[in-house]
Amino acid sequence: MQRILFNIAVVTLLLLSVQGFAIPEDPTHKEEHSEQQENKKFNPGSFIFDHIQDSYSWHIFTYKGHHYSIPLPIIIYSKDQGLVSFWSSKIAHGHSYKNFTIAPEGEFANKIIEVNEHGEFVARPFDISLTKNVAAIIICGVFMIILFISVAKTYKRREGMPPKGMQSLLEPLILFIRDDIAKNSIGEHSYEKYTPFLLTIFFFILFNNLLGLVPIFPGGANVTGNITVTMALALATFITTTFTGNKNYWKHIFNPPGVPWWLKLPLPLIPFIELIGVIIKPFVLMIRLFANISAGHIIVLGFFSLIFIFGNMDPKLGYVVSPVSIAFTIFMSMLELLVAFIQAYVFTILSAIYFGMASESEH
Amino acid sequence: MELIKPDLGLLIWMLFSFSIVVFVLAKFAWRPILAALKHRERSIQRSLEAAQRAKDELAKIEFGNEKITQLAKLEKENLLKEAKEIKNNIIEEAKEAAKIEAKKIIEEARNSVEHEKNLVINDIKNQIASLSVDIAEKILKQNLGDESTQKQLIDELVKDIDLN
Repeated sequence: MQRILFNIAVVTLLLLSVQGFAIPEDPTHKEEHSEQQENKKFNPGSFIFDHIQDSYSWHIFTYKGHHYSIPLPIIIYSKDQGLVSFWSSKIAHGHSYKNFTIAPEGEFANKIIEVNEHGEFVARPFDISLTKNVAAIIICGVFMIILFISVAKTYKRREGMPPKGMQSLLEPLILFIRDDIAKNSIGEHSYEKYTPFLLTIFFFILFNNLLGLVPIFPGGANVTGNITVTMALALATFITTTFTGNKNYWKHIFNPPGVPWWLKLPLPLIPFIELIGVIIKPFVLMIRLFANISAGHIIVLGFFSLIFIFGNMDPKLGYVVSPVSIAFTIFMSMLELLVAFIQAYVFTILSAIYFGMASESEH
Repeated sequence: MELIKPDLGLLIWMLFSFSIVVFVLAKFAWRPILAALKHRERSIQRSLEAAQRAKDELAKIEFGNEKITQLAKLEKENLLKEAKEIKNNIIEEAKEAAKIEAKKIIEEARNSVEHEKNLVINDIKNQIASLSVDIAEKILKQNLGDESTQKQLIDELVKDIDLN
């Protein structure tokens, strides 16, 4: 199984890299491009945000001003042209293809927009491109499916026997989530219903956090530091809480017991506050994960930026600063490693507590 | 600020792929894993319980054994005690019987001796009587001349009396 896993990883990598290197940028632009690059002053803000934001292609490295990146499929639906799909390499570095280009600035900066012949903005098409983050999510999802199904097979094969290999690495985490998170927060009566979701969300966040710390492909995508991703995760928790909430849960929101009647009857003050709380809970989940992971990445990138900021002033100064910068970056990366686990844990345990509230029986 | 502006396309992709991951993992990974864990925990629990039961059973058996040994010991002691008592009794009885027998024999012996004595005494009495009569007869038969002959005669007669 491990060999198969490895093979799949290698094949995927090869396929993607062949695509990436087979479609380099127009060589005629190379010269002026690199010159432009050198003249441009280092801008730490755009450097950091380029790294933590989603993008249409997966940048691997830059060699002599030449960007090598894995192109990703762009899928858009515009009113004029209908459903259009092409490789992101076609619109890289300000090129336009079929009247589509990436907006350099404005309201839709770094997003695909539709332009007319004169390069003027026409519309923002409905964009379901397979961006860097989507690719990272899919890679992580496929990795998780392969990993856990293989582990499940080991469990079936070695029934009743002590864990072995990958199984023994993951079992403590699985048991931790089942016993210390699900069973403790939800309770004995209905924790089993929620455990698969909690396990998935925990490992999904954890793997993405860890992959986010790896600077090269298949890491490097800031998945859990992306507000859309954390929004989807929080939405999943919210939907699960809402749809599995029992009568008691809704009663506590709309008619909380032990509250004086005048706080609910003419003006439903308490129900209103409770209802806001229902929305705020997943909102806080979303913000917390996003902010923590993004902040960590921004700090790490900030330390790296220091090297180039000082290097721009004087190359020698850059050399002096770099060891300090790298030391700080290593320290931050260690901290980020801890944060990766803590944030996955926090998200999971808060979800479990919300599920516990939703499934609490009347006492 | 683009950083905190959610992107609809990414949201759709994320919800779509995440639901698939949740669904697939729940069905094909978590269910068998959690079932296997539960199964293993149950079997460990059962094994522990069985071991405890076996231990209890063994303890019980051992206790039983001890009890039996104890009983046997007690029985043995009792038997020994009884045997001793019986032995003592028998000896005592035998002694008693022997004593009685001895007494009886002595009594008998004494009785017979008494009887013999009486017989002998009677015999002696008779003999003395007859002797006395004889002596008197002889004295009377003799002429009671002088004193010296009388004396001589009496001495002769006395000498003749053989005391047996």
